[in-house]
Amino acid sequence: MELKEKLISSFMAFEERVDVDSDLHDVRTEAFKNFENKGFPTKKEEAWKYTSLNTILKNDFSVFPKKENAVEFSEVKKYFIHEIDTYKVVFVDGVFSSFLSSTTHDGLDVCLMSSALTKPKYKMVIDEYFNKVANKEESLTSLNTAFAYEGAYINIPRSKVVEKPIEIINFSTGTEAALLVQPRNLIIVGENAHVQIIERHQSLNDNPVLTNSVTEIFVQKRAIVDYYKIQNDNLEASLIDNTYIAQKEQSNASVHTFSFGGNLTRNNLNFYHQGEHIDSTLKGITIIEGKQHVDHYTLVQHATPNCESHQNYKGIFDDKSTGVFNGKIYVEKEAQKTDAFQQNNNILLSDKASINAKPQLEIFADDVKCSHGCTIGQLDEKAMFYMQSRGIPQKEAKALLMYAFSNEVIESIKIPAMKARITKIIAMKLGVNMGFDL
Amino acid sequence: MLSIKNLHAGIEDKDILKGINLEVKAGEVHAIMGPNGSGKSTLSAVIAGNENYEVTDGSVELDGEDLADLAPEERAHKGVFLSFQYPVEIPGVSVTNFMKTAINESRKAKGQEEMPANEMLKLIREKSELLEIDRKFLSRSLNEGFSGGEKKRNEIFQMAMLEPKLAILDETDSGLDIDALRIVANGVNKLKSENNAIIVITHYQRLLDYIVPDFVHVLYNGKIVKSGGKELAYELEEKGYDWIKAEN
Repeated sequence: MELKEKLISSFMAFEERVDVDSDLHDVRTEAFKNFENKGFPTKKEEAWKYTSLNTILKNDFSVFPKKENAVEFSEVKKYFIHEIDTYKVVFVDGVFSSFLSSTTHDGLDVCLMSSALTKPKYKMVIDEYFNKVANKEESLTSLNTAFAYEGAYINIPRSKVVEKPIEIINFSTGTEAALLVQPRNLIIVGENAHVQIIERHQSLNDNPVLTNSVTEIFVQKRAIVDYYKIQNDNLEASLIDNTYIAQKEQSNASVHTFSFGGNLTRNNLNFYHQGEHIDSTLKGITIIEGKQHVDHYTLVQHATPNCESHQNYKGIFDDKSTGVFNGKIYVEKEAQKTDAFQQNNNILLSDKASINAKPQLEIFADDVKCSHGCTIGQLDEKAMFYMQSRGIPQKEAKALLMYAFSNEVIESIKIPAMKARITKIIAMKLGVNMGFDL
Repeated sequence: MLSIKNLHAGIEDKDILKGINLEVKAGEVHAIMGPNGSGKSTLSAVIAGNENYEVTDGSVELDGEDLADLAPEERAHKGVFLSFQYPVEIPGVSVTNFMKTAINESRKAKGQEEMPANEMLKLIREKSELLEIDRKFLSRSLNEGFSGGEKKRNEIFQMAMLEPKLAILDETDSGLDIDALRIVANGVNKLKSENNAIIVITHYQRLLDYIVPDFVHVLYNGKIVKSGGKELAYELEEKGYDWIKAEN
């Protein structure tokens, strides 16, 4: 059975399980209709020109895992930022693991989407925010909405500074031959509140996994959100990450995406401005090899005056790996005094690696500052010889250059333990044992 | 220490060095002079192991060991140092951390422990004072946005840090004003000892007023066509290179 057909029958089964009388049911049904009409995106669509899901969709994915799987903390400790105390919302094969999690309702909500979607006390919040910034036209987002049931629900009240970071981790154990998981996260950050969130998807064995994740983030007035995505999964794991961020006036939101592994990774990262003096930051480091594929598809919708956006993506591609960077900046007529910056630098380490980079600026206001720069190059041979002549071996010299190349992004990581972790992963990726204390 | 015999080398199909012979002993300073395009920079690049140049004949030996099969970093570990005519800018890597990495990689290659942090700091302080380098300068990205003089001074600072057996200074005087030249030369002179050797590659005699050579060689058209004492440098300064060209 084709995956789409399977999803149609699964949706009917799913509907029976959930409350069909709720408003939510209408949202899900409408979303499913949109998916049914549009189907999975193909390379014929401009937005998916360089990324094909065909091969992945041939897997016979289970849509609901058949049994709950226990995972020992010792087995997965390394995937957490365990050096520091954090809140944790952990899922195993899409099912919440209370054992691995550390949630709270004390002064803030760090808990489960399934509770938020079903318990009456959350109804007002859900009505106001659920599926409100997610793109209702986008078929994979619709597919996620149709099956939206589990994920992290985070609600930070006004003026709350959350002292420890929140980790959202999705493990897949591979007990299913192939698994489709669709986490749905809702994050609301109240006025003047401040929170740091780390998200990770991690497969624990070699069976294929496809994650189609949707995260909606609402950043209220003057709130600050720092969001980090660690994508360092194994070669059978594919990820489609759809993140939608709505920002109110004077808020500051940043998303750092570290794409170091996986089979196919597609990041749809969307920022929408709903007030003046907003600051948005989108940064990423991609280091891949083999036949891996990473596609960054970003959108910043400047709809209001006096806002800033800063994009900086670095990519290093080895072997036959492929990358895509499509960065869209849309400046509406009202959005005067916009300051939008976009930079995308790439290094190809092999003749067979490739990157398709496409900055896309659509500007309808006349008093704006928009700039973009894109480079694709090879490793600087002169710099290599210079470093080697000082006694730094070729491999280490290469690693140091790669690290220096990525450093602009690394240095803006605000959680020191996270920064140390990323540095360590990069050293591992580059096959060197050295501290990059730059 | 350094023994170059019948060295032929070139780039792609072009022969540049056409049979160089040179013996350098510990404690000596040799100057190699010559007009543009005579092969001076090629000679330094070949000794340092730049793989863009192909050695077609002859040999380069350091303390009796043939360097032919050694990578640039292995030559560095054995004590070869090249001060670049055009030092490369490396954004994102600070001078300090570049030096830390270089020293510790060399130690690693020799089976030694990494240098303790306090010792490293002491060494950096000592050597930066020798070259009159401001501390702030050390945290800047390597060579990025440095003036010509700063780059050259930084090269000699690296030489001071690495304490090479054989240092080749490739046109270290170019781009230096008289004060910087004095500082750089003073640094080099302080590093000079009975156990190391220095090859100064230069177009002009000016630097040789400060770093006094024991021997001067004239390189022309890929060969050493004349060797002598330091007075040869004055002769070249006075007469120019035309008489060398005429004789060859």
